[in-house]
Amino acid sequence: MTANIARGSLPSTARKPWRRFSSLSPSWVFALPALLVYAAVVLYPSLAGMVYAFTDWSGIGADKSFVGLANLTAMFHDEQAMGSIGNTLLLTVTIVAVQNGVGLLLALGVHVRLRSRAVLRVVFFAPVVVSPVMVAFLWKYIYNPDPAAGLNGLLGTHVDWLGDPSIALWSIAGTVVWQYAGYSMVIFLAGLEGIPPELHEAAMIDGAGTWQRFRYVTWPLLAPSLTINLMLSTIGGLKLFDQVFAATNGGPGYATETLSTVLYKQAFVFGKFGYSTAIALVLALFVAAVSMVQLYYLRNREVAQ
Amino acid sequence: MKRTFLLEIVMVAVAVAFLFPVYALITLSLKDPAQIAHSPLSLPAPPTLDNFGKAWTAAALGPSLVNSTVITVVSLVALVALGSFAAYYLARAKSRMGYGLYILFLLGIVLPFQLGMIPLYQLVSDLGLIGSHTGMIVFYTGIQLPFTVFLYTGFIRALPRDYASAAQIDGASHFTAFTKVVFPLLRPITGTVLILNAVFIWNDFFTPLLYLGGSGFETIPVSVFAFVGQYVSDHGLVFAGLVLGALPVVVAFLLLQRYVIKGFASGLKG
Repeated sequence: MTANIARGSLPSTARKPWRRFSSLSPSWVFALPALLVYAAVVLYPSLAGMVYAFTDWSGIGADKSFVGLANLTAMFHDEQAMGSIGNTLLLTVTIVAVQNGVGLLLALGVHVRLRSRAVLRVVFFAPVVVSPVMVAFLWKYIYNPDPAAGLNGLLGTHVDWLGDPSIALWSIAGTVVWQYAGYSMVIFLAGLEGIPPELHEAAMIDGAGTWQRFRYVTWPLLAPSLTINLMLSTIGGLKLFDQVFAATNGGPGYATETLSTVLYKQAFVFGKFGYSTAIALVLALFVAAVSMVQLYYLRNREVAQ
Repeated sequence: MKRTFLLEIVMVAVAVAFLFPVYALITLSLKDPAQIAHSPLSLPAPPTLDNFGKAWTAAALGPSLVNSTVITVVSLVALVALGSFAAYYLARAKSRMGYGLYILFLLGIVLPFQLGMIPLYQLVSDLGLIGSHTGMIVFYTGIQLPFTVFLYTGFIRALPRDYASAAQIDGASHFTAFTKVVFPLLRPITGTVLILNAVFIWNDFFTPLLYLGGSGFETIPVSVFAFVGQYVSDHGLVFAGLVLGALPVVVAFLLLQRYVIKGFASGLKG
C-alpha cells in the first residue's frame, strides 16, 4: 500500500502540479489510433469507390479514365444488373415481412411461462450464430430435387426448389427466414419483457380480450423493437450475398442474382472494376438511406435514456 | 392452465419442425453413401463416423480453426483497445472537434463496405497483405470500429465522471485514469462488443474469400466453401464437414447462451 502510493500518484502530482488544473477532458490523441485504422479501411476506400464508379478502371494497374455517368447508364441496359435490383428488393420485402412475422409469433409464444421456454429460445436462436454459408449449404441439400430426400421427402412433393427459376428466389428467402427468425424473436422478446404486467391486468379488468390486449397494449409498446427489427432485416436483405452465392450463385439464369452477387462477378470474374463499383454505389445508396433512419432512431433513443 | 399446456404442445411441435434441417444434417453425416442413396431420411443404421475423419482432413479444418481463432481473437483485442480509448475521448470531449469526430465514426455504420470493397482490395494488395492474417485483422478492426465506438461512447456517456476525476485529482494521468478506473467499469458493454463482433468476424465470408481464398490461411467458412465445392455429390462427407465447421461456434453459443442472446437482443447490430 505504502509502496504503491510512493511509486504512484502522489509524487507525480508533486512533480507536475499543473496536472491538477489540466482539462478534465482527455486529449484527442486517445482517438488517433482508431481514427487512423478507420480512415485507412473505411473512409479512404469509400471515397475512392465513389470516384472509381465514374471510371472504366479494369483493376489492373493505375490505368483508368473518367467515363462520366456511362457506368450508371450501362446498368439500365444490363439485364443482369436491372434484374438483380428487382430480385434484391423482392427478397428484402419478403424477408422483412416473413422473418418479422414469424419472429413476433415465436416471441409471443415463448414469452408465456411455458416449461420449455428456455430450451425453445435456445433452439430458435441457435441458427443465428452459425455461418450463413454453412446454413445455405445445409438448405441446398434440404432443397434437393430428389423426391425421396430433404423437403420433398418430408412433404411428399416433387419440387425443384432451387432449380426452378420461378421458385428459387422464394427458396432462398426461406433459408434466410429460417436462420434469422430467432434473431427477430429475441429482439421482440426484449420488448415484451419491458411491458409492465400491470397494463395487461388493467386491460383485463376493463374486460379486454386477448386480441384487444395485443392490439391496444402489446403492439403499440412493441414499436421500438419493431423499428429495430425492420432496420436490421432490411439492411441484411439488401446486402444479401453469402446465401445466394453458396446456394445458386445467382442462377438458374439470372433468377436469383442480387446486387451483391452481380457486383462481385463484374469485378472478380469479368474484371470490370469501375462498373462493379458503380453497382456498389447504387447498393450503398439503398443501404445508406435505410441506415440513416436507423441511426436517427438509435440516437434519439440514446437521448431518451 | 389448460391453454398454457396447449400452447406448449404447439410450440414444441413448431420447434421439432424447425429442427428438421438439423436432423437431416446430423443423420446424413452419420451415413455411408449406400444408406444415403437408399433411405435419405431414416435414422442411420448402423451409424458410421468415417465421414468425420475424412472431412476433417479434406476440408483442412485443423489449420482453418487456427486461422479463424487467430484472426478473431487479435481483431477483438484491437477493437476493444482502440474502440474504448477513442470512445473515452469522444464521450468526454466538450470541443466541437470531439463531436465532429463522433459523427465521422457514426458515418461508418451507414456506409456499406461494398462501396469501398474494390479500392480497399487494391490497397491491401499493394501493401502485400493479401493472403495474410494481418490483412484480415486490420480489415475487421477498421470495419467494426464505428459500431464498437458507438456502443462504448453511449455507455461511457452514461457513466458518472467522478471516478476518473477522483483519480486525476490524486495525480493520475488521463491514460492511467482510463486504464485503471474507467475501463474496468466498462465490463458489461465490453461483453456485448466482444460477442457481437466475434460472431460477425468468425462467420464472415465475402472478404476472407477475396483475401484468403487459395492462400492456405483460409478461415473456416472459406475452407468449408471450397471443400463443399470439391465433394459436392458426397453428401455424408459434406455434412460431416458442415457439422465440424459449425461445432466451435455452436458449442460456444451453448456455453454462453444467456450473454449471447442478451447481446443480440439489444438490437444494435448494424
